[in-house]
Amino acid sequence: MEYISLFVKSIFVDNMIFAYFLGMCSYLAVSKNVKTATGLGVAVVFVLLVTLPINYLLNEYVLKAGALSWMGEKFASIDLSFLSFIVFIAVVAAITQIVEMVVEKFAPTLYSQLGIFLPLIAVNCAILGGSLFMQERDFVNVGEATVYALGSGLGWFLAIVTLAAIREKLSYSNVPAPLRGLGITFITVGLMAISFMTFMGIQL
Amino acid sequence: MSDINFKDVLLKPIFKGNPVTVLVLGICSSLAVTVQMKGACVMALSVIVVTGLSSFVASILRNTIPNRIRIIVQLVVVSLMVILVDQFLKAYAYSVSKTLSVYVGLIITNCIVMGRIEAFALGNKPIPSLLDGLANGAGYGLILVVVAFFREILGSGTLFGMRIIPESFYAAGYMDNGLIILPPMALILLGIIVWIQRSIQKDLQEK
Repeated sequence: MEYISLFVKSIFVDNMIFAYFLGMCSYLAVSKNVKTATGLGVAVVFVLLVTLPINYLLNEYVLKAGALSWMGEKFASIDLSFLSFIVFIAVVAAITQIVEMVVEKFAPTLYSQLGIFLPLIAVNCAILGGSLFMQERDFVNVGEATVYALGSGLGWFLAIVTLAAIREKLSYSNVPAPLRGLGITFITVGLMAISFMTFMGIQL
Repeated sequence: MSDINFKDVLLKPIFKGNPVTVLVLGICSSLAVTVQMKGACVMALSVIVVTGLSSFVASILRNTIPNRIRIIVQLVVVSLMVILVDQFLKAYAYSVSKTLSVYVGLIITNCIVMGRIEAFALGNKPIPSLLDGLANGAGYGLILVVVAFFREILGSGTLFGMRIIPESFYAAGYMDNGLIILPPMALILLGIIVWIQRSIQKDLQEK
């Protein structure tokens, strides 16, 4: 039951884009049409789903204060949490590289569709943000971390596909010249975020 | 590359080539920390330090980094700088570092840092790179402070926690705008800033 609640919450209430503005750069740059947006969305869900559990385990058994106690008494007092940024980003970068190679080898069509977006995911704030939020929230087990990863990935996917659909329609309308492109996109995202606020306070 | 105009390097990112409103970099962290001036200023300073120093270091290393693994090397350099800033904030400004929470860590993936390293530091000498990094950080900080200024003064009637709108206004029926503190309004404010900037600089308009 907690899993379902966490899942729904991470999609709608704590949406990566609308509540925390994570992964905005690629969100705005790659949302011009639905097809590429879907590709990037899928890639983000996938990378989040792989990196978050790994980072959770690393945090739990290596980085946290007292996490090294499984190595013996002497290590129990070591606190490596100041290293977490560098470890997390290294994991993210390494996983993206591996995912890129695997996809290239086994699914060449998907690879050519995703193109440049795969390597770019390494610097997508949503991925690192997911790991940092996971560390802040103290999930009790790997299962929760995985569910959180899936939920927030899907939330990001949902957000980018909707925005791409709106922008496709928007290209036919007559927007004031200075507002065209970036300006109107910001305002659209703002309005979408307001509508997502209606999910706030939902309890499951 | 010796004929770089230092004035250009310093001034262009502040307004004409602002990293946030023109190049669309670094929006991720810029919005969540702009509810109050204090957080925004600290965040702006941290980003200036991180972009400057990591551009500098990356530029020193530029001839020794193999091209294939450069992203990872850059990430390591940047995260080193961010860890320094984070530890510094935790030691000297603990309450601010608590309000900024994960967003200090997210400077690592702030596209401005990586973007400037890729676009400028890898092809230029260390000193111009340092200046370029500092200037881009400042351009980003400017937007952050402007957005935070409006959000704090309209949202809670204060600046840096001090009351600006006098009590007599409230007595006369003035009310704080609660909506502007919520995340969506930051996006709309940013949209309006882009609108104003592009009305002044016609050449930036998109077709």
